[in-house]
Amino acid sequence: MSKHSITIEINGESFTQEVDSRKLLIHFLRDDLALTGTHIGCDTSSCGACTILLNGKSIKACTFFAVQANNQKIETIEGVEQGGQLHPLQEGFHQEHGLQCGFCTPGMIMRGKELLEKNPNPTEEEIRWGISGNLCRCTGYSNIIKSIQYAANKLNEKQEEAA
Amino acid sequence: MIPPTFDYLVPATLPEAIALLHEHGDEAKVLAGGHSLIPAMRLRFAEPSHLIDISHIPGLDYVREEGGFLKIGTMAREVVLEDLPWISERYPLLVDTTKMIADPQVRNLATVGGNLAHGDPANDHPATMLAYRAEIEITGASGARIVPIDEFFTDFFTTALEHGEILTEIRIPIPPSRSGGCYLKVERKVGDYAAAAVAVQLSLAADGSIEQAGIGLTNVAALPTRAVDAENALRGQQPSDALFAQAGQLAADASSPADDLRGSAEYKLTLIRELIQRALRRSVERAQGRS
Repeated sequence: MSKHSITIEINGESFTQEVDSRKLLIHFLRDDLALTGTHIGCDTSSCGACTILLNGKSIKACTFFAVQANNQKIETIEGVEQGGQLHPLQEGFHQEHGLQCGFCTPGMIMRGKELLEKNPNPTEEEIRWGISGNLCRCTGYSNIIKSIQYAANKLNEKQEEAA
Repeated sequence: MIPPTFDYLVPATLPEAIALLHEHGDEAKVLAGGHSLIPAMRLRFAEPSHLIDISHIPGLDYVREEGGFLKIGTMAREVVLEDLPWISERYPLLVDTTKMIADPQVRNLATVGGNLAHGDPANDHPATMLAYRAEIEITGASGARIVPIDEFFTDFFTTALEHGEILTEIRIPIPPSRSGGCYLKVERKVGDYAAAAVAVQLSLAADGSIEQAGIGLTNVAALPTRAVDAENALRGQQPSDALFAQAGQLAADASSPADDLRGSAEYKLTLIRELIQRALRRSVERAQGRS
């Protein structure tokens, strides 16, 4: 087994730590760094509860080794709120009742973040395809879609104000 | 679900990666997107002693047309194919296929090369590459060699890749004008492996008859399957529902599916018969520029 010293930027902060090559990124985040907002659901890259952003792209942290993230940038749900202000996606899930038990929510929000960055005005169908790698067993998805639409509108309004 | 221990190596160049593969023997595996290998390791179906991560080697993630081929570098991830508008326009079969693979997070990492090198008959790109009559570039210590896709899949989860070799490029012949293709897949839920799927690539002659036809079938045999008799029956003929029904039957005859959780063998043969007809209709429409 090989041990590796890795340096990863997580939510803007740099972490250097020694890890076993076989340590999965999800375990590094949750067990070593106590960033437990990212969840483990199916543990088989099906459910999307462990979705994080790697250099801005949504990936499943259960199917990625921590060593692969060496010298890369990661964003987790803990980094989404900025300066005490909820991100429009977080606000959307609150306003539109996009969660019941909340287990899938961190993954949904991280996935929603990349989705809206690539496509700021998604149709309902595009959102449904866009979250096809995230399972929710409570909401029936309808309110999650409304939550993402809420965030899209809010982000576009902000954009217009800034322009 | 913790994978077995292994040594992790990060070569900076392709020759270095190949040298590492030679040095560490046949228990060493190449890690690209990792979305076939890491799940297999977690289930302990694969227990490599060394992982050689090629994702940090610069210049392996290209997608470009050159010398009569669409060339896809071994580190090109699925998402790139979805995001390039000219690929959607000119290679609809390829983009149809990519969009049916797993889900967006997986496609952000998974590579086309890995989808082929894994040798899984349930994967989607093998049938598509059969339909396109693609070629695979394989690089080893003594240089590169080209293997036609028909000779690439040699057995269940086994390919023409020898120990110490890396799949370095996929080459799809640039289709002539009046070409069209399509991938149709029946899956139990989004992101699942196919119960059955078909890849069709056609080109039409000036008189509207079918000049060339490529047909690949997913997950209906131990190997990705080319429906040769169906291709031959189509060639030189004017498109018609009767012809497509005949091709569907011939494709079903080329299949030998097993009963499993995704359905009975009989159900899968029915799927092949129907999907071939639908895929042929859509491919002709696309070749005629109608959709």
